[in-house]
Amino acid sequence: MMDRRTLLRTAGSLAASLFAPPAFAQETVELPFANGTRPLVAYPGKRPLIRLTTRPPQLETPFSVFDAGAITPNDAFFVRYHLADIPLSIDPDAFRLEVRGKVARPLSLSLQELKTAFEPVEIVAVNQCSGNSRGFFAPRVGGGQLGNGAMGNARWRGVPLKAVLDKAGAQAGAKQVVFNGLDRPVLSETPDFLKALDIDHARDGEVMLAYAMNGEDLPWLNGYPLRLVVPGYYGTYWVKHLNEIRVDEDIFDGFWMKTAYRVPDTACACTEPGEAAKATTPIKRLDVRSFITHPADGAAVKARAETLVRGFAFDGGYGVTAALVSADGGQSWKEAQLGPDFGRYSFRTWRLALHLPPGAHELMVCALNRIGQSQPMAPLWNPMGYMRNAVETVRVVAQ
Amino acid sequence: MAVIASRAKRSRAVRRLAALLATMALLAGGPADAEPKTYPLPEETAALKPGPGVEAAQNNCLSCHSADYVTTQPPHMGAKFWEAEVAKMIKFGAPISQEDAKMIAEYLAKTY
Repeated sequence: MMDRRTLLRTAGSLAASLFAPPAFAQETVELPFANGTRPLVAYPGKRPLIRLTTRPPQLETPFSVFDAGAITPNDAFFVRYHLADIPLSIDPDAFRLEVRGKVARPLSLSLQELKTAFEPVEIVAVNQCSGNSRGFFAPRVGGGQLGNGAMGNARWRGVPLKAVLDKAGAQAGAKQVVFNGLDRPVLSETPDFLKALDIDHARDGEVMLAYAMNGEDLPWLNGYPLRLVVPGYYGTYWVKHLNEIRVDEDIFDGFWMKTAYRVPDTACACTEPGEAAKATTPIKRLDVRSFITHPADGAAVKARAETLVRGFAFDGGYGVTAALVSADGGQSWKEAQLGPDFGRYSFRTWRLALHLPPGAHELMVCALNRIGQSQPMAPLWNPMGYMRNAVETVRVVAQ
Repeated sequence: MAVIASRAKRSRAVRRLAALLATMALLAGGPADAEPKTYPLPEETAALKPGPGVEAAQNNCLSCHSADYVTTQPPHMGAKFWEAEVAKMIKFGAPISQEDAKMIAEYLAKTY
């Protein structure tokens, strides 16, 4: 876990801070891997978040946020873009979602129409970046060097994609639905960020066009005014600033499906560390994960008194059925008490009271889901640094 | 490189002009709620470390992304890794000359 080492500090020594104007003080965070120093920056509409990149902006949620509850606040939700020409001016009245391609009736829908002409639905679902926790890969791999903060859980409100596709009348022979947003590449030669879902998945009634998040308009950097929500699937499919849907009779072969966001086509989606995959397939469902949010890594707790250990777990939508906690480095496990159930796509909190004898302890958590999937004790590896889900450990000292 | 820079500048200028025209339309009596919403991005401060080849890296890499895309990568990834990254960017449409590509990969491998 990152918390012990996620030391907030102000750059420069105390002496420097006495002599330098405060505007120069840059708060930083240390992610616990080599070259893990990151600035903590407050973007408009966001609290101070861990900045990975500036153009386009990529921001990570400080891990302590996850201890505050199962829902991640909008101002703390992580941000991930691919291409630097992001929309900086949007007229919500002029905005239109175009639905085209193999449909009987092409549509051009305003936000107002989306909000009033369709029955709204809500779902609580985790959005997690495929490369969340990439910085912990050993050996290291290139790409966004994230800690554990590129994930979040929100209550999304919007229109089922199925309802919009039904209104447009997707025709027989349609194979996939392709999604595009307002963000664009700087160079016209660079492939635009387009993603595709199989037609049956797109019509499953759960995939959603969301215009609200936790009861408010989507935050700008999380896809205002409309984004795709693909419950149980990695964030790469959750196209932001969504303004174009195309029904296709072919399998879409754009760069972001055919070349990027692919995992080894094996049961574990893994290879031997350092080795390439023989065959790959598009990344899909979230694997099972769980975290300890309290006590923080490196914390001191009271020996022989009650220590309340808590955290959360999630999976790709089968539903978490148990969170097991070990206080002896994985030799024995106790079942934690699960918190409120916000649905099978949500974070599920858990808690367990422990009485620890004096000394150092390794606390671990491992979740199980409804179809019996669990987490590996040792991390799995793949060349792109996706889907990390090893059992997490927090070290505490009981005094 | 100059082509890209001027293209980026041009598109920014076009956007500014569009915003200005929108404001003028508004002043001319358009509906008050027709104003587009805008998002002010914080200033960019990340920079590449000095070293031989840094100019080639600045001129090519930074047209499409900020320097922290480079500076946050794991340390000591080596020549093969950085050559592959530069090749990936060329495949992505970056108009980098062979000479610059070599210089950039060497700079990155040596500096990061």
